[in-house]
Amino acid sequence: MKRLPSGGRIDRSAPLNIRFDGRTLPAFRGDTLSSAMLAGGVSLVGRSFKYHRPRGIYSAGVEEPGAMVHLRDGPRHEPNVRATVAEAFDGLVATSQNAWPSLSFDIGAVNNWLGPFFSAGFYYKTFIGPFRRSTWFWMMCETFIRKAAGMGRASYMEDPDQYEKRNAFCDVLVIGGGVAGLSAALAAGRAGAQVLLVEQDFELGGAVLSDPVGSAGDDWVARARAELQALDTVRILTRTTAFGAYDGDTYGLVERVSDHVKVPVAHQLRQRYWLVRAKRAVMATGAIERPLVFGGNDTPGVMLAESVRSYLNRFAVLAGQTIVVATNNNSAYAAAADLAGAGADVTLADMRTTPPVEARTLAETAGVRLLPGHGVIEARGGKRVTGARLVPVDGTGRAQGATQTVKADMIAVSGGWTPVVHLWSQRYGKPVFHGEGACFIPDGQDSHPLQGAGTAMAAASLSEVIAQGFDRGAEAAQAAGAPGDAGKAPDGFACRPFWQNGLHPAWAVLTAQGKTLGKAFVDFQHDVKISDIDQAHLEGYVSVEHLKRYTTLGMATDQGKLSNVNALSRMAELRGKAIPDVGTTTFRPPFTPISIGSLVGHEHGRHFRPTRLSPIHQWHVEHGARMTEAGAWMRPWYYPQYAEDLCTAYIREAAHVRAHVGMVDVSTLGKIAVQGPDAAEFLNRIYVNGWKTLAVGRLRYGVMLREDGFVLDDGATARLGAQDYFMSTTTANAAKVLAFAEHLLQTAWKDLRVHVTTVTDQWAAIAVAGPKARALLAKVSGADLGPGALPNNHLTHAMIGGVQVRIHRMSYSGELAYEIYVPAGYGRHVWQALHDAGGAFDLRPYGTEAMGALRIEKGHVAGPELDGRTTLKDLGLEGFASSKKPFVGSVLQQRPVLEDPQRPTLVGLEIEGDTGAKPGALLYAAKADAKGHGDGWVSSTTYSPALGRYIAMGLLKNGRTRKGDVVRVEDFVGGQSLTARVVSHHFFDPEGERKNG
Amino acid sequence: MIRIDCPVCGLRDETEFTYGADASVTRPAMEDTGMQHWVDYVFNRDNPRGWHREYWHHVQGCRQWLVLERNTLTHQIGTCHLARDADLAVKEAAK
Repeated sequence: MKRLPSGGRIDRSAPLNIRFDGRTLPAFRGDTLSSAMLAGGVSLVGRSFKYHRPRGIYSAGVEEPGAMVHLRDGPRHEPNVRATVAEAFDGLVATSQNAWPSLSFDIGAVNNWLGPFFSAGFYYKTFIGPFRRSTWFWMMCETFIRKAAGMGRASYMEDPDQYEKRNAFCDVLVIGGGVAGLSAALAAGRAGAQVLLVEQDFELGGAVLSDPVGSAGDDWVARARAELQALDTVRILTRTTAFGAYDGDTYGLVERVSDHVKVPVAHQLRQRYWLVRAKRAVMATGAIERPLVFGGNDTPGVMLAESVRSYLNRFAVLAGQTIVVATNNNSAYAAAADLAGAGADVTLADMRTTPPVEARTLAETAGVRLLPGHGVIEARGGKRVTGARLVPVDGTGRAQGATQTVKADMIAVSGGWTPVVHLWSQRYGKPVFHGEGACFIPDGQDSHPLQGAGTAMAAASLSEVIAQGFDRGAEAAQAAGAPGDAGKAPDGFACRPFWQNGLHPAWAVLTAQGKTLGKAFVDFQHDVKISDIDQAHLEGYVSVEHLKRYTTLGMATDQGKLSNVNALSRMAELRGKAIPDVGTTTFRPPFTPISIGSLVGHEHGRHFRPTRLSPIHQWHVEHGARMTEAGAWMRPWYYPQYAEDLCTAYIREAAHVRAHVGMVDVSTLGKIAVQGPDAAEFLNRIYVNGWKTLAVGRLRYGVMLREDGFVLDDGATARLGAQDYFMSTTTANAAKVLAFAEHLLQTAWKDLRVHVTTVTDQWAAIAVAGPKARALLAKVSGADLGPGALPNNHLTHAMIGGVQVRIHRMSYSGELAYEIYVPAGYGRHVWQALHDAGGAFDLRPYGTEAMGALRIEKGHVAGPELDGRTTLKDLGLEGFASSKKPFVGSVLQQRPVLEDPQRPTLVGLEIEGDTGAKPGALLYAAKADAKGHGDGWVSSTTYSPALGRYIAMGLLKNGRTRKGDVVRVEDFVGGQSLTARVVSHHFFDPEGERKNG
Repeated sequence: MIRIDCPVCGLRDETEFTYGADASVTRPAMEDTGMQHWVDYVFNRDNPRGWHREYWHHVQGCRQWLVLERNTLTHQIGTCHLARDADLAVKEAAK
């Protein structure tokens, strides 16, 4: 292996300092990690997944199954990076993975000799099958198996880089910047379509980049690039992979903005995720060369023939000196000729007995030793190829005669090519078989907005590649409505032979008895041997989908890019069928592995979802409130004085409300404007209680059910005008109630003239509660709020701090209480005005914890009781339901199962002792065993300052008849065991005298 | 990601919408007290292989409920109407 003194598409004026396992490699800008490894003489790169066999560089592209490394260190460390697509950069540090204690001496390699035990289905048969009745044995062994079966290790450190998501639209998305893709982009761009051309490599050109520098293709690519760059409608993205094709003609791309530098420059992204909506797309994704199957075909030094050619012509690296090229088609002849031309000793073993004359001439002119009718049956060597065992073969690849071993440090193989149909298959399912190319291609149906072109469609000549690309591009532009004319397709140029003409469909070289000499791999990344396929066949597997899952073939991170057809052909042979009759599997996104970071973009940490803040939020923060999350909202939890903890603070706050006056920010309540001539009728239908008699200026508590008869939500609705109602919902259910109301009005109740509009964000809301509430509000507003002027469940308009507000007299705490609705922008101003005036009344703010304590003392239901499993009767709310009218859920709430008297119903619990119960604790009869689900559960719990004891609400079977009983309260999570007396859940002031005062 | 051609807002991403319910069932009249009618409406569903009418809510857009035809086999999207107009559209299609 050596770097040639001249040639290649590398910048020799820009040497780079890169290291692999501590060893410095000679590299230049334009290299990949793998080309630098080859130039530096590294042949052993990693250990295989299962057998820990030595693995080297097998390819020069995304299909690489073996040369996977840890790239970078520290927080930017990345596992399983394919060295073949990692661009070399100054300061690059890579290390080998899946080897211990070292790459060269790996203990796990003992698996190689235990091979017979690790055949297809090994894990099922050994660890799971014999212990079918229990899983403990598998659970125990799995830990060790996972440790030994190895891919790379991820970093535990936080990713320091920025990623972003970007939305894009285009007329024509062209995937692939090779000759077909450039032709498509030219046609579509000239016609005036908005074109996005994406190429995963850092250079345009595709297969042309593997031709010698200065070939005719270089000019062609340069001209096409120049024309495209001059078109305003064309955007070119290199280092960008189209990894997924989705419904609605949307495509996922990842642009590797800074993967080719050590650290992104300041404020630059690491990667960008593009979500593209494309009216049409051209898939010019090319083809991937296919391996041949023979013993030891995974030994470092066995490589794909065109990849060897690519290392030679693109990177000026001669990867071997004595090279055996093995093929069943014409394309490898170019590699053989170029390698011989660069000074290598090349022997070409062609499984065909009579190769075409042009190919023959190409090879022989270059000085290649040609062996027609021969195959490689075994690669010799351990950590590096030392020789090749050649044998004459018949048409099926069986040995016919004696083997001869030749010295070789490299075996370059070509089994034909596999079109890259992943994106098409993700979208449209199974590709169809192309006989001449012995491969699967898209079905070519015109109706698909995504069309293949070029070698992705198994085009058999360069002129066909250009014509297909150009035509698909022109058609796509026209279909997308582009106005112009695509003009004439570019001319062709001389290039290497294609594989489709004269491919001989045999891929495995076996002994006359049909055996392999040593391990012969089909899937290099998951260590699936051809004998594993044979075994699966013997065990009765006939479906390719089952074969895949049983042997794990094609399920590694390369998704079987190399293994697919070789496995199918073996399967077909065993079953005595043709390849298309065996079928193929479908592909799933992503085409190549993509980072989680790119998909996450900015949406992590605090940006994972929006945080909703009340208009008064900042005041709470400035006054030391401890905040808590309530859905997407942040709410004040409690306002600690000095070093108070939660318990001390909420008990103090709740007691203060009952003794003096407190105020709490309830801006998070859902608020819906219900307007229109039929608004009352709408409310009458959606709430269980009646609304026709509610006068303007009054408000009423209401409960609503779901269609299935369970309680949905509760809250007060006020009538502001003749056709204008103001509905409030719980914080948690606001969105659900609105969507439900809209659904009913737009589908079943289209005749009702009603609009519902969310006004949650338009209004701040402040609840003022306590015996001194009236005096405080009268002072700040100057309004007459006396019991005669504003009785309970009435509202009035007033001014506070110069702001027009609405005062609703209603009580959640059970005290004399008001809710003040303020235009959101003035929320803090009015809160402050109340606070400023409140000193004389000893006004204190209180948080959600104290609010909860007050409502539990009153026995009001809230989220824990409205959990979607409770009915009106369960909650003791059946008295609200009108019997004079139908309402949502009125029929289904009468289902027999919901009328069962055994159902848990709402009760109050007086906890005995001086510890509170935990929500979720189970309830059992006093003398019963604490087994099973019990008789019910605790829903809400608090210390009651008014009662001076711990209380709780819960749902208890036959709860209505068990008042006075003692029950056990068992919290199995916290290991707490209590007793409680069942009482009415209206613990405090059951007659409501305080609020009506 | 499917894309839905909202009659009000135009072609938009699926992420702006929420799936609502089966639009092939009809809600019984408010006065209907037949338990079985309501059970059918709320619980009983066909599970068709092929074209299906379903409610989608343009919750991040115009907040209109739409009736969308979607093929459960191919995930193809067919016609899309405002739920308000859907009955009318079905009648017209039948003409």
